[in-house]
Order: sequence, then structure tokens, then C-alpha cells
Amino acid sequence: MNFIKTIVAAGLVAASTSAFAADITGAGATFPFPLYSKWADAYKKETGNGLNYQSIGSGAGIKQIVAKTVTFGASDMPLKPEQLEKDGMIQWPQAMGALVPVVNLDGIKPGELVFTGELLGDIYLGKIKKWDDPAIAKLNPKLKLPGDAITVVRRSDGSGTTFIWTDFLSKTNAEWKAKAGSGTAVEWPTGVGAKGNEGVAGNVSQTKNSIGYVEYAYAKQNKLTYGALVNKAGKTVQPTIGAFQAAAANADWAGSKNYYVILTDQPGDASWPITGATFILMHKDATDKAASQEAIKFFKWAFEKGDKMAEELDYIPMPDSVVKQIEKTWSAEIKS
Amino acid sequence: MAVQSDVMDAAGPYDRAKALSAFKLGDTTFYWVTRASAISVLLILGGIIISLIVGAWPAIREYGLSFLWTQRWAPSADPPVLGALGPIYGTLVTSFIAMLIAIPVGIGIAIFLTELCPQWARRPIGIAVELLAGIPSIIYGMWGFFVLGPFLADSFQPFMIRLFDGVPILGTIFAGPPSYLSLFNASLILAIMVLPFITAISVDVFKTVPPVLKEAAYGVGCTTWEVVRYVVIPYTRVGVIGGIMLALGRALGETMAVTFIIGNAFRITGSIFSPGTTISAAIASEFAESDGLHQSGLILLGLLLFFLTFIVLACARLMLQRLELKAGK
Repeated sequence: MNFIKTIVAAGLVAASTSAFAADITGAGATFPFPLYSKWADAYKKETGNGLNYQSIGSGAGIKQIVAKTVTFGASDMPLKPEQLEKDGMIQWPQAMGALVPVVNLDGIKPGELVFTGELLGDIYLGKIKKWDDPAIAKLNPKLKLPGDAITVVRRSDGSGTTFIWTDFLSKTNAEWKAKAGSGTAVEWPTGVGAKGNEGVAGNVSQTKNSIGYVEYAYAKQNKLTYGALVNKAGKTVQPTIGAFQAAAANADWAGSKNYYVILTDQPGDASWPITGATFILMHKDATDKAASQEAIKFFKWAFEKGDKMAEELDYIPMPDSVVKQIEKTWSAEIKS
Repeated sequence: MAVQSDVMDAAGPYDRAKALSAFKLGDTTFYWVTRASAISVLLILGGIIISLIVGAWPAIREYGLSFLWTQRWAPSADPPVLGALGPIYGTLVTSFIAMLIAIPVGIGIAIFLTELCPQWARRPIGIAVELLAGIPSIIYGMWGFFVLGPFLADSFQPFMIRLFDGVPILGTIFAGPPSYLSLFNASLILAIMVLPFITAISVDVFKTVPPVLKEAAYGVGCTTWEVVRYVVIPYTRVGVIGGIMLALGRALGETMAVTFIIGNAFRITGSIFSPGTTISAAIASEFAESDGLHQSGLILLGLLLFFLTFIVLACARLMLQRLELKAGK
């Protein structure tokens, strides 16, 4: 199925590049797809230029941009500076999103249950098996938790969401790092797998005494009970747009080459610890330079006028300081 | 007939040789067209096998035969460690349990419909069974996820777990905790999905039993059970087994419904109430974001399913042949 999808996507992309020089083509991550299509719609109305974005997954998006079949690629996992160097590409973060732990427990309200990364790691390792475990009770002395077994829900497909989640667990739980590590698909020690964010959300809302992780938007849409988290500074934070932005603002974009920043477990009192950016990949010296410039124009426009649209869809716009830095990178690196 | 008269008209009433050669040409064309159709099946099959082997080659070279008995599935490890034991186990166990449930029930329905059912009820039950076959598998998956899974986890599973708690072997097979997504739930959905295949084919072949045989058996004082056991089933054995094999083939390869409700876990715990995975479910859930060795490993899983199905069908043929030999003596 996916083969066919990729081939069709490649075919469409190829056809559209030759037919309309002004149309911008891109492919990659599924997570920012709703945002990019909303932006594209508004952009088309304003300028008459269209955007053709194929949400075929981060991995496939990277393959397409390396093969130069699209003008830009999109990935939820940043590429390492060496790999960018090798293929002559640059990357920058275009928007951010956050993950929340979600539970299905009788009598627990959203934001009541507090977790640490270490605790989540132990639950996902299968070390903590019941909800009345002393480790959970210690963090939540006021809550009455049942003695039932915890059903761990995680993704069964490879995904950028899983990368952000497992990266957070690896940073906060040494045993998780040693046993499972981080990646778009890992060797899960326990739990049931569900396909896509919607699959995890569905499983958690369906299964009593379960725990899972989803993009914030899915928790909100499905009215799931999300948990609060203890961040790197030791403070308990609730998942709010403000906390997500605090994490992004605290991130050291200036000091990291090629914006290779993974936003999990950032410092700062107000930072939400499981935040991630979605990245855009482009060639420095593209074959079709006109198309390349058109794409840059679009992303510039999105940074300037797309913030409100992003917030409406529960994405987090990039802070202005980072946007300025990205614009500098464009003028320095992209050849016109 | 129209063609024939056209040819005759065109050739004229007296040009016999020309008319005959036109017939010959038609026949030859027909022969080659049908032959090409038949050969194309072989070509497509061969092409699929070759492309699977080519795609799976990096994984075959990396893991060799140990792929078959390694349980660990860690595509993110460096280098990736991939073993197919979990999916193979899941595929065989779910299909086995599904057949265990579907064969007696399916044949039972067929016997009731052909031998015992009052005339007026035959059509409604028959149509209901056929409708069961027409439901798309994703619907079964959703129903299993939203309705059957919670029902089993809240009622049937705790009962079985308590019943067999402490009993050796059975205690392990029915070990808790109850789960909304499990091998057993997937097996039950599979059983419902393959039921119509067994029933529909059995009904068709049971109808081919000559009434005189059954009447003779009833005439010498056989009970209905004896007529079914010693006349109907032996007479239709080949057809019934054919239906069962068709059902088994579907159970082995069913993807969407199983992916929904099996839990997609690569571990083997021995309990049928724990989550597991099957070959097709593993491919469906991981292929989209896979690359390199991981993708090759998934293609190798596909190749294994191909062989597994082939072996099962071959065994069925062999069994059938032996049964026929025995019957012939």
C-alpha cells in the first residue's frame, strides 16, 4: 500500500513540477500535514501560488528530498549535521508540537495525575505493573488509585511521535536508555501497539486502567485524561501552549549547528518536557532554483502570518528570535 | 451461431476450404488466448516470488536461518536485530484457535441447514451466513475493538483465568491479566470471519449427496447423526476439506481486522490472553516508516507467510490424497 502511495506521490510530484513551475512541492511527515495544508490554502488565496504537500511519513520524505524529486522534505526527527553536509542540505524547525501522557482511570481528572520521566520509563519498561505502586503514590499522595494492572499503550508503526517520546524516556530513565533507547520504532518491553496517534487515543479511551502518549491535539480532541509532568527544573507543569512555548524558548537554537536540537527535557521552570519540532529539509544548491525560492517565500510567509492558524490547530509557532535566525540561514545558505 | 453464419456468408456457400480455415484460425486464436491467460498466472506468481526474494535478500544474508527462531525484534538497535518467531507463533496460534472454533460451528450450521432445518428458515439463515462473508474485514476489526474486546476482557477472560488458575499448562494458556487486545480476541474474530467459507462450501457439497443414499441409510434404521457421520461426510469429504483450507488460507493472511485487535506485541508469553502479533499485522503496522534492513526483514516476513501458506496447502493436498487412497481400498 505504502509502496503504491509513494509511487503515486512521486508521480504526482514529478507531474506537477513539470506542469506548473510556480507550484511548490514537498513530502514527508504526517504530523504537520494539517498545518501545512491550512497554510497552503491561505497562501494560495493570497498569492495564487499553490503548495503540493504529500504526507507520506518522515522517512519517505527524507528519501524524496535526497533524491531531489521534491523541493522540500519534512521530518519530525532532525537529521545529523554530517548527513546534511553529505547531501548538501539545510534544515530548520517550522513548527512545534507537544506530547502528553494520557490515562484512562476512573475518578481522575485531566492534569491531576503527576508523572516524572523516570516513572513513565519504569511503567513502559513493565517494572511498575499496578496503579497503586508506591512510586506512583509517592508523586500523587492525594489521589486514590486502583490496584489494577496498568495496560501500556504505544505505537505499533514507526513514527516521529515515538521518537520524541522515547527520546524523553531515554534522557530521564537510564534503564530505558540501555534497554530500549530512542528511535521512530523501538523494541518495546511491554504493552499493546496501536497504529497512529488516533489509534493510541482510541485504545486509551477504550481500555480502563491504560496509559498512552499522543500529540496534545489528539488528547484535546478526544477529551482524554492527560497527566502533568515534572520537568528538568523539578517543577510540576501542566500541558499548556505557554509551557510548550517556554520549552521552545529555552532551547539553545543559536548554539547548535543546523538547528539540531531535540526539544525534550529542556531546562526552565515553565518548560513542558516532551516537546518536539517538525523540520523542513532543502537542498542548498537546488536544481530548480526558482522553485526553491518559491518554497522559501512560502515558509517566510508562514512564519509571518501563519502563527494564528498554527495555534488554532494546537501547533506551537516558532518564537520570533528563532525565526530571525532561520531567515539569516536562508539568505546565507540557499543559492538563488 | 451468429459467428458461424457470418463466416459462411463471407466465404460464400461453396468455398468450403476457406470457411474451414477461418474456423481453424478462430480455434487457434482461442487456444493461444486461453493459454496466455494460464501462463500469465504462473508469470505473476513467479514475479512475486522473485521480487520478494530480491527484497528480502539483505535480511536473509544478515540473519540466515536464525531469523526463524529468534524472538527478539529490535529494528532500532544498532545493528538491528530481527527475529520472526513472535509473528510466526502469533500467526499459527490465531489460525489454529480460529479453525478450532470455526470448523465445528461451520459444519454444524451446514448440517443443520441441509438436513434438519425447516424449509421456511433455510433462506434467512443461509442469507445471514452469506452476508457474514460480505462484511469488509475493517468492520470486523472495529467491532472487535469496540464491542467484542471489552466484552471478552470484562466477562469471559476473567472467568477463564479464575477457572484454570493453578492448573498446570492450562493455567499458563489462560493466564491473566485480561486484555482488550489479545491473541484470543483476534482468533475469535478470525473464526467469525472464516465461518461463512466453511458453511457455504459445506452446504453446497452436502446438497450433492444423492438422496437415495441417505434414504437407504434411514431405511436400515440409521439415526440422523449416523447418516451425517457415515454417509454425508464421507461422501463430501473432499469438498468440505477444500472449504476448510480456503478458510485457513484466509485466516493465515488476514491483516486489517487482526492488526486492530491483536495488540501488535512481538513477545511470546504462552498465554492466549496476552497481546501478540501476526506476520501480516507486523508488516501492515511497520512497513510505512521502515527502511534498509528493517524493510528487508519485513519483506522476508512476507516471503515466510507465502511459504507458510504454501506448506499448509501442500499438506492439505497430501492429506486429501491419502484419505482418497484409504477410501479406495
